[in-house]
Amino acid sequence: MSNLLGSDLNHVYACWLSLLVFLPVLGTLILLVIPSRAVDAIRYVTFAVTAVVFLLTLLAFFSSGSALSFAYEGEAARYMQAAFHIPWIPSFDIYYAMGVDGISLPLVVLTGLVSLLAMGASWSITKHVKGYCILFLLLETGMLGVFLALDFFLFYVFWEVMLLPMYFLIGVWGGPRREYAAIKFFIYTLVGSVLMLVAILMLYFASDLTKLTPEQLARAHVLDTVTGEDGRPVLDGPWRVPQGEAAAAALQKQVESATAALMSQIEAGERSRHTFSLLALAELGQHTDAFSPSLQWWAFLLLFIGFAIKVPSVPVHTWLPDAHVEAPTPISMILAGVLLKMGGYGILRICYPICPHGGFDLAWFICLIGVVSMIYGAYAALAQKDFKRLVAYSSVSHMGYVVLGLGVWSATAGTFYNADYWNMGVKGAMFQMIAHGISSAGMFFMVGVVYDRVHHRNLSEFGGLFGKMPVYTALAIGIFFAGLGLPGLCGFIGEVLVVLSVWNYSQVLAILSAAVVILTAGYILWTLQRVYLGTEYRGPHEEALVPINPREFTIAATLFVLAIALGVFPYQTVLKYMDPTIDRQTQSLADWTQRVKESAKLDESDGGKQAETKEIKVVGTPDHAGRESAEPTSAAAVTTKRNWPSEELSTAGRYGAPASGGG
Amino acid sequence: MELVASSLFDLVSDVIRDTKGIGGWLSIAPDSSVGLFIPEILLCGTILAMLVLRLFRLGEKLDMFYVALIGVGAALLVLSPWRLSENAELFARRELFTGLLVYDGFSVFIRGLLLGFGVLFLVFAKISGIPSRYDSADIYTLVLGATLGLCIMSAANHLLVVFMGVEMASVPSYALAGMQKRDRKASEAALKFAVYGAGAAGIMLYGISLLAGLFHTVHLPTLAAQISTMLPQMETPELMVAALAGLMIMAGLAYKLSAFPFHYWIPDVFEGAPAEVGAFLSIASKAAALALLVRVVVGMGTLPDSSETAARDSVVARARQDNPATPADLLAQAPPAQSTMYVRHDEEHAAAETEDHPREDHATPGESDSATSATTDGLETARTFMAKLIALIAIVTCTFGNLAAYGQKNIKRMLAYSTIAHAGFMMMAVPALLAVADSHPQVAASAVSGIAIYLVIYLFMNLGAFAIVAFLRNEMGSEQIDDYAGLLKCCPGITLCFVVILFSLIGLPPLAGFIAKFAVLASVADAFRLSGHPYLMGVLVVGVLNTAISLIYYLRVARVMTMLPEPESRVPISLPLFSVAGWYVLAMTIPVAFLIVNWGSLHRTATAAVAHLLGS
Repeated sequence: MSNLLGSDLNHVYACWLSLLVFLPVLGTLILLVIPSRAVDAIRYVTFAVTAVVFLLTLLAFFSSGSALSFAYEGEAARYMQAAFHIPWIPSFDIYYAMGVDGISLPLVVLTGLVSLLAMGASWSITKHVKGYCILFLLLETGMLGVFLALDFFLFYVFWEVMLLPMYFLIGVWGGPRREYAAIKFFIYTLVGSVLMLVAILMLYFASDLTKLTPEQLARAHVLDTVTGEDGRPVLDGPWRVPQGEAAAAALQKQVESATAALMSQIEAGERSRHTFSLLALAELGQHTDAFSPSLQWWAFLLLFIGFAIKVPSVPVHTWLPDAHVEAPTPISMILAGVLLKMGGYGILRICYPICPHGGFDLAWFICLIGVVSMIYGAYAALAQKDFKRLVAYSSVSHMGYVVLGLGVWSATAGTFYNADYWNMGVKGAMFQMIAHGISSAGMFFMVGVVYDRVHHRNLSEFGGLFGKMPVYTALAIGIFFAGLGLPGLCGFIGEVLVVLSVWNYSQVLAILSAAVVILTAGYILWTLQRVYLGTEYRGPHEEALVPINPREFTIAATLFVLAIALGVFPYQTVLKYMDPTIDRQTQSLADWTQRVKESAKLDESDGGKQAETKEIKVVGTPDHAGRESAEPTSAAAVTTKRNWPSEELSTAGRYGAPASGGG
Repeated sequence: MELVASSLFDLVSDVIRDTKGIGGWLSIAPDSSVGLFIPEILLCGTILAMLVLRLFRLGEKLDMFYVALIGVGAALLVLSPWRLSENAELFARRELFTGLLVYDGFSVFIRGLLLGFGVLFLVFAKISGIPSRYDSADIYTLVLGATLGLCIMSAANHLLVVFMGVEMASVPSYALAGMQKRDRKASEAALKFAVYGAGAAGIMLYGISLLAGLFHTVHLPTLAAQISTMLPQMETPELMVAALAGLMIMAGLAYKLSAFPFHYWIPDVFEGAPAEVGAFLSIASKAAALALLVRVVVGMGTLPDSSETAARDSVVARARQDNPATPADLLAQAPPAQSTMYVRHDEEHAAAETEDHPREDHATPGESDSATSATTDGLETARTFMAKLIALIAIVTCTFGNLAAYGQKNIKRMLAYSTIAHAGFMMMAVPALLAVADSHPQVAASAVSGIAIYLVIYLFMNLGAFAIVAFLRNEMGSEQIDDYAGLLKCCPGITLCFVVILFSLIGLPPLAGFIAKFAVLASVADAFRLSGHPYLMGVLVVGVLNTAISLIYYLRVARVMTMLPEPESRVPISLPLFSVAGWYVLAMTIPVAFLIVNWGSLHRTATAAVAHLLGS
C-alpha cells in the first residue's frame, strides 16, 4: 500500500473507489461460470461479495493514517475526500470522477450493510437463483455508484443503471401483481430521471469554468492533480491542508499555475468551458452568476421532481406501495433501505448546492411537500389491511421528515442568516435517512419472516405471535419501536432534530410535523397489537409458525442492535462523520443567502428608501431587528458589508490553518 | 458560379477537366472527381460482375455473396472513413463533377456508414439464408444498387442528383420489399411502397422543376445565392410558387424519412417484407434520408463559398447591426461570442453565416409579405419558421411513432413504428442546426454530429433487433410478440441480447442508445441556450418524455420473453449463443452494451466529419 501511496493518489483513490463500486460486477463474472444448479454455491459467492463490499466501505474507518482513512474532523472533513477525476469522454468534458465526503460516506456504508443483510435474507428465494444474484449484484453497483459519483453524467448513468435490475427483480421474483408493480416503478422513476436529464443539459451548457477562482476550482477538484513537495496531490484527502505558511504559499502558487494551465487549455479550444463536475457546478451556482435565477429555479424544480419521485413524496409516491408489496422481502429491504435514500441524497448533493435560488424560492413548497407526505403517509398507513403495505406507507411518512429537514431554509434575514437551525434540519434529515434505512429494512424483513411462514399478510388474520415466536416478536417490537421514533432508538434522533429545526422556520409546520408522531404511534402500536399480541392466531397455516432460525435471527438482531446503537450514540455512530461536511454546506448556502438574496432585495428597495435605509443603518443592530418589515433589510446591509469577504477569508484560512485532521 | 456557361463546348470541357483532373488520360489525377468517386464505381462494378458472372457455367456455381462482399468491402476500404479522426483536413469540402456531388467529411462518414452496413447486412442475409442460392444474385444486386443510390443521396449537391439518388435507392427497395414471391402480404407491401414512392417522387420532381424555373438553377450553393438575391424582390405570386416548391421537396424528403404525414407505407412494408428488408430500409434508408435532409437544409440555408458574399458585405454589416441581441431566455447568459471556441472563424466566414438564407421554400404566404419588405431580418424570420416546421414534424413523428407502437402485435410492425419514432428523434437535431447555423456554426455542426452518432448506434441496435427477429422467424416461423413468451427458457443468450438491444432502443444508460439520445438532446439544449427559441425547449422536453413513452412497448417485448411462461404447444427452439447466428447477434450487442465505456472516439470522428459542413 505504501508503494501505491508514493506514486499517485489520484490513481489510488480511483482504484479504491472503483473497486468498491465495481466489485459486485466482478462478482457477477464469477457467478456466470458457476452452473445454475449449484444454488448454494451461487448464494454463498454472492453473499461473500456483498460482505467484501461492506468491509471495503468500512475500510475508511479502520485504515487510520493511510491514504484511505476518512478524516472526520478538521478542515479536511469539511470537503470531498478521496476524490479523483480521470478523463472519460474528453470531447464532451465527461470525467470518471468519484469521491466521498461526510454526506455520502454514511450512505455508502448503509448500502453495504443493507445489501449484505438483504443477501442474507435472500435464502428464501428459490426461483432462478443465478439470475437473481446477478441482478442483485448489478443493483448494488448502481447504488454505490450513485452515492460516490461526482460527475453529473456518471451520476445519471448509475442512477439509471439500477432501474433495470430493479425492474426484473420485482417483475420476476415478486408477488402476484409483480409485473404491474415493476412497470409502474420503472415508468415513475424514468419520467423523473428524464426530467433530470433536461436539467443536467441546461446546467451543463450554462456552466462556465472560467468564472471560477483558483480556490474554487481547486475545491471542485476540477484542476489536474496539484502535487505537493512530496509528490502527493495536496488537494486530496487528509493532506489537503498544508502545514505552515510556506507550504500554504507554495500550494497557492501551484493552484494558480494549474488554473492558468486550465484557462489556457480553454482558450486554445482543447477543452470546453462547460463542466459536468457536480462540485464545480455547485461552486458556479453559489459563487458566480453563471446560472441565472430563473435557470436555477427551473433546474431545481426538474431535479427535485426526479428526486421526489424516488424519495417518494406525495403526490408521486404511488409506485412505492405497489413495488413494496409485490417485491420479494430482500428487495423490499433494499428498496426501503437504500433506494429511497438516493432521492434525499440527490436533493442534498445536487438540488441545493447547485441551484440555491430555486431552493430558496421554493423552500415553503418543499417543506409543505415534506409535511404533506408525513401526514398523508401516516393516515394511509392507518388504513391499510396489508402488513407490508402498511410498512410501505410508513416509509412515505418517514421520508417526509427527510424532505422537510432538507428544505427548512431558515437562514434568512429573519434569523440573521443563522444557519444553525437549517443545519440541524439537514443533519436530522441525514440521520433520519440512515435510521430509516435500518428500521425500515428491519420492518420489511420482519414482515417477510412471518410471510415466509404463513404466506399471507392480512393484518386482521394475525395475532398471538408472541406466544409462538417469542424471540422474533421481541426483536420485531424493538425494530417497530425504532420506526415509531421511541427515544433511545434510532428513529427518534432524526425526527426530533427535524421537528426542532422546523419550529424556527414555521411554527405551523412544526406543530403539524410533531403531531404526526401521534399518528405514527397509532398505526405502529395498533399493528403490534393486531399481529403480535392477543391470545390466538386467527389466520391460516398456524402450524407453520415456528421460531426464527439462526440466519433470520442474525439479520434481525443486527438491525435491532444497530437501532439501539444509533439511538443511544447518535453522535459517535453517525453524526460525527457527517457534521463537518453538512456544517460547511449549510454555512456556505447561508452566506449565499446573505450575499445574493438580500443584496438583491436591498438593490430593489434602495431606490425610494435611500434616506430611510441610511437612518436604519445606524440604529439597525441585531438586537433591534426582529422578524419585522424593513429592519432585517438594513441589518443585511450592515452585515453584508462586514461579511462580504468571509468566503475569501475562510478559503485563505484553509491554506493557513494547521491540519487537525489526518496526516 | 458557372451559371451561364458561354457555350456547350465550354460546358463539356469543364466536365471533362473536372472528371479526369489535370493529369494524363490514363492515370487518375489526384484532383479528379473520379478519384473520389471510386467507392461508387466499385459498387457499380460489383453489380455488373454479379450480373455477368451468371452467364458462365463457373459463375453459376459461385455464391454471389462472396462477390458482393468483396465489392462492398473494397469500396469501404477505398473510402476508409476511419481516417476521419486522424486528419480532418483531408476531407475538406470539394465539389465533384462540376458541382453535382460534394465530397466532404460528412459524405465520407455517411457513405462509410452505408458501406459498413452493407457488409454487415450481407453477412446477416447470408446467415439468415433469406436469399436462396438461385436468387441470391438478384437480391444482392438490388441491395447494392440501392446502396449506390443511398451513397449518392448522401453526397448530393444538386437537386437533380437528389432526385436521382432517391429514385436509385427507392426502385430496388420496391423490388426488395416484394422479394418473397407468392407471398400475398409481401406483394401488397411492395405495391403500396411503389405507389406511395412514385407519388412522392413525382411531387418532389415537380417541386424541383418549380424551383428551377424560379431561380434558374438547382445547384444547391448557387440556389442559396440566388435565393438570397432574388427573394427580396419577388412578388407575392412568385413567393407562393417558391413556398409550394419547397413544400413539395419537403414532402419527398419526409416520405423517405417516414416523417409523420408520410409514414403510412412503413408499417405495411415492414410487416409484409422479410425482416432483412426491414433492417435495410430502417437503417440504410433512414441514414441516407437524414443525411439528405441535412444536405438540403445546409445547402440551401448557408453559403459555403465565401467569395460570393464579398459583394454583399455592406448588407451583411447592416444586417448585423439590425440583428437584435439574443433574446433573453431561461438560460439568460449566452456568453459573449463564445470567443475561445470559435476563434477559427474569420470575419469572412462569420459574414457568410450571418448573411444567411432561410429555406424560403417553406415560407408561407403570410411570411412572404414580410420577406418582400425586409431583407435579412425578414429572411431570418422565415428561417425560424422553417426550423419550427421541422421541429413540429419531428415532435409529431416521434410521439406518433411511439404511441402507435403500443398496440402492435407483430414485432416487425412494432419495430416499424419504432423506426418512425427514432427518425423523428433524429430530426430533432435539425431545428437546432437551423437555429444556430448563422450565429454559432460550431454548435450547428455539433447538431449534425449528434445525428451522425445516433445513426451509428442506431445501426447496431436495429440490425441486432432485426437479426434476432429473422433468426427467431427461421426457428419458430412466427413474428408475433405473443409467440415470444418464455424465450428466456429455451434460448437465454439470444433473449438477453434482445433485452439489451430493446433497452438500448429506449435509451437507457449505460447502453449505447442513451449516448445517441444524449448527443442529439445536448445539441438541442445548446442551441436553445444560444438562440433562446422556446420551441427548442419544447423539442427537448418532448424528446425526453418520448423516452419514457417508448419504455412501455419495448418493455412489453422484454416482459413477454422473460416473465411469461413458455407455451406448451411450441416446437422446441434451438438458437444457442454459440452458433453463427448467435455470434452475429453478439457482435451487434457488444457495441450496444459496452460503447459507454469509451465513446469519445466515436464523438471525435463524428465531430471531424462535420467540421467542414458549415463552411469553416
